[in-house]
Amino acid sequence: MGVETESKFHVLAVDDSLFDRKMIERLLQKSSCQVTTVDSGSKALEFLGLRVDDNDPNALSTSPQIHQEVEINLIITDYCMPGMTGYDLLKKVKESAAFRSIPVVIMSSENVPARISRCLEEGAEEFFLKPVKLADLTKLKPHMMKTKLKKESEKPVAIEEIVVSKPEIEKEEDSSVIEILPLHQELESEQLEPMLSSNKRKAMEEVISTDRSRPKYNDITTSV
Amino acid sequence: MDTLIAQLQRQFRDYTISLYHQGFLDDQFTELKKLQDECSPDFVAEVVTLFFEDCEKLISNMARALDQAGNVDFKLVGSSVHQLKGSSSSVGAKRVKGLCITLKECCDSQNYEGCVRCLQQVDIEYKTLKAKLQDLFNLEQQIVQAGGRIPQVDI
Repeated sequence: MGVETESKFHVLAVDDSLFDRKMIERLLQKSSCQVTTVDSGSKALEFLGLRVDDNDPNALSTSPQIHQEVEINLIITDYCMPGMTGYDLLKKVKESAAFRSIPVVIMSSENVPARISRCLEEGAEEFFLKPVKLADLTKLKPHMMKTKLKKESEKPVAIEEIVVSKPEIEKEEDSSVIEILPLHQELESEQLEPMLSSNKRKAMEEVISTDRSRPKYNDITTSV
Repeated sequence: MDTLIAQLQRQFRDYTISLYHQGFLDDQFTELKKLQDECSPDFVAEVVTLFFEDCEKLISNMARALDQAGNVDFKLVGSSVHQLKGSSSSVGAKRVKGLCITLKECCDSQNYEGCVRCLQQVDIEYKTLKAKLQDLFNLEQQIVQAGGRIPQVDI
């Protein structure tokens, strides 16, 4: 039907508790996701392909195609972990040019409002209270779909091909999402510009201006 | 054969309902069952086993810490009970979770006597639940062996 149904979403789950890893793994599998579990924030960063001891800001700004060995559509992490907390991991991901577009969800067994808002402010998409339920995971899909779209837009395909296939995908915002891809291509290589009508461009500009203001790798990420 | 299956199924249904009504299990156990399917047919049993292993290990850690009378590491007790509270909550072990909350409060206020008493209760409670769930799983096995389906019980 659409690109995101051809391959499952791949989620990286981080939790120091074996028990909780088993739970979240099953929950995600039941929600039709491919899952990789790790028991620490540093292992999570290793898995992503980001060197943990790399403090050089220049290294972090290189293209994702080089660093990211596995395509991850979402990171879900426990908050309370020894060493690197979920919050620390969130910060590292959002500070990285290569990975900040990956949505991050925090889980915690404690309902601490200050903690929740701190995480959301740092860029976490959701904050789940444990025990996490199946129903909670339905909230993840829109966040993961954003990354699938981005991946699609980075592929070297003709613009007509993208516009024609997109209408079959079910989206919360239908036509505006379709419009976004051409603009992304336009920003990267201006040879596609003549293909866009002025109407389309206006629609795109409108969507971009209502975007949430938070650090993004790709300015095109839609606020769904 | 059919009568046997029907009998077993009724027993299973009644027993399950009683576990909820008596407060041994809560909604979260129901959530756990939703995660069991053909891909993961023993999920509940696996998780429950992990939980009881956790209970044994953490209770033993806490007992050891409380044994050091006069020099009790309340931080250790606190972090152990925090873990136990988490897993009991995830499994739907309602009574165990409730006792963990009480134990945590005793620990936070460094109430030594309270901690010791509470820990003893946690120990009794998890063992009681373990026996009851074993009975429930046995009933399931009997139903399957008799050729029947395990009924879905709506609480």
